[in-house]
Amino acid sequence: MPIDKNQVKKVAKLSRISLDDSKLESLSNDLISILNFVEQLNKLDTNEIKPLTSIIDKSLDTRDDSVSDGQIRDQILKNSPEKNEDFFIVPKVVD
Amino acid sequence: MRTFLLYQRLLIKMNDLNDISLSEIIKLVKSKKISSLELANHFINNIEKGKKLNSFITTCFDQTIKDSKNFDKKQNFDGLLPGIPIAVKDLFCTKNIKTTAGSKILENFVPTYESTVTNNLWKEGAILLGKLNCDEFAMGSSNETSFFGNVINPLENNLVPGGSSGGSATALAASLTPATIGTDTGGSIRQPASFTGTVGLKPTYGLCSRWGIVAFASSLDQAGPMTKNVEDCALMLEAMSGYDKKDSTSINKKKENYSKNLNSSIKGIKIGIPKEYRVDNMPEEIEQLWKNGIDILKKSGAKIIDISLPHTKYALPTYYIVAPAEASSNLARYDGIKYGYRSKKGNNLIEMYEHTRAEGFGDEVKRRVLIGTYVLSSGYYDAYYLKAQKVRKLIKGDFDNSFKEVDAILTPSTPSSAFKIGEKANDPISMYLNDIFTVPVNLAGLPAISIPAGKDHKGHPLGLQLISKELKEQKILNIAFAMEKEINFKQSLNRWWE
Repeated sequence: MPIDKNQVKKVAKLSRISLDDSKLESLSNDLISILNFVEQLNKLDTNEIKPLTSIIDKSLDTRDDSVSDGQIRDQILKNSPEKNEDFFIVPKVVD
Repeated sequence: MRTFLLYQRLLIKMNDLNDISLSEIIKLVKSKKISSLELANHFINNIEKGKKLNSFITTCFDQTIKDSKNFDKKQNFDGLLPGIPIAVKDLFCTKNIKTTAGSKILENFVPTYESTVTNNLWKEGAILLGKLNCDEFAMGSSNETSFFGNVINPLENNLVPGGSSGGSATALAASLTPATIGTDTGGSIRQPASFTGTVGLKPTYGLCSRWGIVAFASSLDQAGPMTKNVEDCALMLEAMSGYDKKDSTSINKKKENYSKNLNSSIKGIKIGIPKEYRVDNMPEEIEQLWKNGIDILKKSGAKIIDISLPHTKYALPTYYIVAPAEASSNLARYDGIKYGYRSKKGNNLIEMYEHTRAEGFGDEVKRRVLIGTYVLSSGYYDAYYLKAQKVRKLIKGDFDNSFKEVDAILTPSTPSSAFKIGEKANDPISMYLNDIFTVPVNLAGLPAISIPAGKDHKGHPLGLQLISKELKEQKILNIAFAMEKEINFKQSLNRWWE
């Protein structure tokens, strides 16, 4: 078995997705079948193969390190679920 | 003179606009036989009568009417899409118009900017009709994962339209828009095109800018056109593509005139037939469709060559490591702080994140985020992600080798016609197998087009796919154009949903 329920809980924690115990069983089964499916790749010997790093044959463009926009605070804040005039509001982080 | 014009207009309305292509509509606009406002009203009316299909998430008719009136006043016919109303997949950010990606987490997101690709369409004169339903974050092959409900295939009310660009495919096939655009990460344009009897093209990675498109898997995502025929497809690709400095993977090259250079003479062209696409349990009628395609190409003077793409069977497992890995990274941004849905639950910041994402994401998105996080996590990275990137290199190598010998490759687009709603919803793997013929192309960054090529015993459309090497879109468009003439695919929908 590629993954057990405790590992699923740990991965959910890493993914920042809270998980109901009632859903754990079916989700674990789904993940097991997906991981079993992808493990077909182990049939292939890839020791001598270099991994693909970029799908297109080009190096990244460079640009001047200069300001191209700014003064858009209102636009940035516009879609926040909780904000005041200048800031995003988040739950208390430090006691 | 006035009477004559009125008479002509009347004729056009009798000649149903639903049955003609985008290119023909453009001719009518340019010759002033129809106004942009008349067109807008026609499609708005179709959309309102087509609510049962659930292909739209958002409409913006007030704006559409305003823009079309504005076009009619200015009468500028210079663009490729003069005054043409068009709906787009709800994965493209549209300024001041809600963009949801089919997810609850973006239910109320209103972008303050416009995606480059949609902006390119507006610059060519097109006008927005609304935003089309899709699988949540484009993760799905049936449009059943959308938070806004599944989309119905206009062929029959119990069939899926395919996915993830299912709303786009349905709206196009049902003539709720004269053409549309979708995105394709593993087949999300070509599979729904095949399921609805329409044309869909996934361009070379980097041909269309990804800027302003809600990201799923960044090394695989590409936007592309979905249209009623190949000529329209060439035109839309021309309008939407082009270099964009805001996308670091955008290819810097001169824009091509795909529609002007469309040419159905394909004598002497070399077409590869990959034996590995003859998969186990492939229905006889798909095999037959493929054979018919080969015969048509032979008749048109093409040379058929048997080729081998030996790593094809590893494409799906590779995809289901690479795509979730990139998705889990991309979707980390949905934290309930800067934009999107925020849960009221949780006693601290971390718990707020966890509840926000648990409530905001649907099951398929959660599955993929978890798989992606797992394959990238410490101790498993080499066994899964690194392994997949090595196999991806082999898959790309297969194509590179083949294209030394052939100009294009012909395959079926999908292993079946459209399936029933709910038929595969509870089995992720059987759903994933739908993309078996489309996924390799994304892994290799290549262009591919799906064209309607026939029907199965139920009368449902089936597609054939043409693949070429990087940036040879003109080549597959030309071959598709030649095949389209010979196939002469016809689909008449009785508009049961109205």
